[in-house]
Amino acid sequence: MTSFMPPAQRIWWKVPVGRQEIVWILIALVWCLIMFFMMPYWHVYGKQNISNEAYQTTPAKYQAKVQAMIDKYKVREETAQKIPVVAPPAGSDVYLLARLWQWYPMLELEKDKSYRLHISSMDWNHGFSLQPVNINMQIVPGYEMVVTVTPDKSGEYTIVCNEYCGIMHHTMLGKIWVK
Amino acid sequence: MSQFRQCPDTGLFFHKPAESLMKANAVAGAVCLLIGGILGLLVILTRWPAVHLLPADAFYMVLTAHGITCLIFWIIFFEMAILYFAGSTLLRSRLATPRWAWAGFVLMIVGVISTLTAIFQGGSSVMMTSYVPMPAAPHFYLGLILFAVGALIGCFVFLGTLVVAKNEKTYEGSIPLVTFGALTACIIAIFTIASGAEILIPTFLWSVGYISHIDAAMYRVIWWALGHSSQQINVSAHVAVWYLIAGVLFGARPMSEKVSRAAYLLYILFLQLASAHHLLTDPGISSDWKIFNTSYAMYLAVLASMIHGLTVPGAIEVAQRNKGLTNGMFEWLRKAPWGNPVFSGMFISLIGFGFLGGISGVVMGTEQISIIIHNTIYVPGHFHATVVVGTTLAWMALTYLLIPVLFRRKMILPGLAKWQPYLFGGGMSIVAIFHMAAGTLGVARRHWDMGFAGNPLGFEYPGTAYLLMGIAGVGGVIAVIGGAAYLLITVGSLLFGEKLDASAGILQSFGVPLADSVYSTEKPERLPMAPAEAVEGHGDSGFEAPGTFVLAMVLLVSFVVYYFINWKYLSEVWPLS
Amino acid sequence: MADETSTQDAPEEKVPVMQQIIDNPFLLLFLGIALPTVFYTLWGVMEVATIPVAP
Ligand code: HEM
Ligand SMILES: [Cu+2]
Ligand SMILES: [Cu+2]
Repeated sequence: MTSFMPPAQRIWWKVPVGRQEIVWILIALVWCLIMFFMMPYWHVYGKQNISNEAYQTTPAKYQAKVQAMIDKYKVREETAQKIPVVAPPAGSDVYLLARLWQWYPMLELEKDKSYRLHISSMDWNHGFSLQPVNINMQIVPGYEMVVTVTPDKSGEYTIVCNEYCGIMHHTMLGKIWVK
Repeated sequence: MSQFRQCPDTGLFFHKPAESLMKANAVAGAVCLLIGGILGLLVILTRWPAVHLLPADAFYMVLTAHGITCLIFWIIFFEMAILYFAGSTLLRSRLATPRWAWAGFVLMIVGVISTLTAIFQGGSSVMMTSYVPMPAAPHFYLGLILFAVGALIGCFVFLGTLVVAKNEKTYEGSIPLVTFGALTACIIAIFTIASGAEILIPTFLWSVGYISHIDAAMYRVIWWALGHSSQQINVSAHVAVWYLIAGVLFGARPMSEKVSRAAYLLYILFLQLASAHHLLTDPGISSDWKIFNTSYAMYLAVLASMIHGLTVPGAIEVAQRNKGLTNGMFEWLRKAPWGNPVFSGMFISLIGFGFLGGISGVVMGTEQISIIIHNTIYVPGHFHATVVVGTTLAWMALTYLLIPVLFRRKMILPGLAKWQPYLFGGGMSIVAIFHMAAGTLGVARRHWDMGFAGNPLGFEYPGTAYLLMGIAGVGGVIAVIGGAAYLLITVGSLLFGEKLDASAGILQSFGVPLADSVYSTEKPERLPMAPAEAVEGHGDSGFEAPGTFVLAMVLLVSFVVYYFINWKYLSEVWPLS
Repeated sequence: MADETSTQDAPEEKVPVMQQIIDNPFLLLFLGIALPTVFYTLWGVMEVATIPVAP
């Protein structure tokens, strides 16, 4: 009958704490610190970190970069919409844009090569969700993010949009092939 | 004229205006849960691939309404009732400025109507996050703003009541732990609402054309100070409800006032920082900010939750052992009143919140692990464990406690009530677990068609994902049945339950005070300090609640294992830097 | 409000600082708003505001 009554002692701060709680608090604290240090640890020793490199941009400016890349490295077109497929050289800057409701253009990358992948949105928030590897990132309009990716398995990959972006959100797909 | 009545069964004092406000807020919350629950059924039946009930536009509209109605309206109305209860009733104090409290209530109602109207008119299917620049109708934002202002008034009424109680010396010593928990919730609520104002007012002005541009990344930073902190209100409040129920049912006393209150202090200081875990894959924000904030400053707020996770069941165990249930590790738990929905609801809430919601939340809020979870259906899986199994079920358990005490009605359908927490908690746990599982396979949240039917680019998630979403669908239906049972029992009791007070008519169930003669106390006697413990200073004599310690270690081991499993998953995806 | 607990009763024992803090709702309110405002909101807004413009 006491959790909803004032503490039994006027000065409750000085009432000694039971051993059980102390032990638990210490164990939990150690675990909390381990979890905390895992994050910086992974920045140093782990391979999956988002760089946080990003720039403010505008749709027009970004689109121009995408177009320049397409003009240079386009290899073919896909689907009735004739979406360009681009095969940029290893190590280069690759520009992907998100807009209602597609990922543009499609990419052909080489296995075990690194690319500086830039992504931005032309309109609303979108979600970059690369399947089936399951890499997910938030794409925010007005910002160009840069992530260095190193595809380590070949195959066909699909970019799903996993941030709600309006009525046809569920049709928004893109492709990356890794050779 | 006397303003207080004393509940003849529990001895609690109710201040007439506070009592009416609690009833009105609780009932308004229940109505929202009814609406939100029906919408939840429509949503889960659409995400169940074999059923796929709604068309796309309706789905997104209904999902927007479901999120807002449940998470914001239902939870916060009920929280207001809890604040008034913890402030006025538990402190035996009059409520400060009841008129302001009513004004707040009215604003909240107007807000609900405005926002829901906007959503169902069809032009505001923007999800509850309403990320700019996707536009919603002005009265969508306006409704949220009004609702928030109303809730803010409620918070200040609660703080005012603390001042009144202190000045009028209605209690001795420090405020009770439960009230302190409510205070924590109130403080977090004020930060939450201030952040909401910071972002929603400009967004409203943008929607009517007074502001031309709102930065999309800025919006996300500030919106999540609202969006996530609001969940921390729930955590603080439902932990307080756990303590309350432990106290009422078992006469349990906190194992240590110092430890429990210090844990709440950690909540006040650090819990709200974790809003950052929503932005871990956002462009351009440094890892320093992400790591410091997403870890609630080195996980000190997680530490606090782990402490409550020990001290709440620990307090129950100690009380049970003192009653002689001392055999083995778990007699105290086996012989707990599992048929009493107040207890079962509270305990399932505790376990579900800790094991499902808590562990998954910390794991997914790890900077890098977010990469494999962000915006997948894992996320709704996680928060249905926290906010539905945890918070909602705790509210339900509290309702069962309050129907006789506050509403003066006997509960109807006790047989059904016995099962209700199991149906609801069990069904919702299935939803949570299987959505989380589907999320690890990449299935997107807020997504109408996981099959991408007819899409020229074609893509299919693994077959298992469909199975998992189907099982979640079954769990959802069970949970909806449990939710319907709750509403049937509670609303039915308010309407048809046996009257425990002759004047407890139908109107009285919805906020009208009982007969004047019932309020016969002018000023309640001062609330004394809890009686000193029989065996003082348990201190070093060993473990008082060994069973709980075992449970806590089980939690810790599951936590550690699951945490590292996710690092393992992460290490298998493409290298990123 | 803060020191009332200490003056309220016989001057028996001084209330420890931590208890005084925890017993003071408005101090807690201040802390509970100041900390997240500084660490989360202001720092976060600065982070976004200092993102460089694309070349
Ligand atoms: C009664 C049974 C319930 C069922 C069957 C249910 C089911 C669902 C489902 C399937 C989703 C959609 C996942 C997606 O596609 O992204 C969802 C979203 C959500 N639910 Fe529930 N839910 C229920 C109750 C609740 C309650 C009680 C709350 C809050 C207290 C709640 C809060 C939410 C929120 C906040 C969202 C996210 C909306 C968004 O993404 O904007 N749900 N629910
Ligand atoms: Cu999209
Ligand atoms: Cu959150």
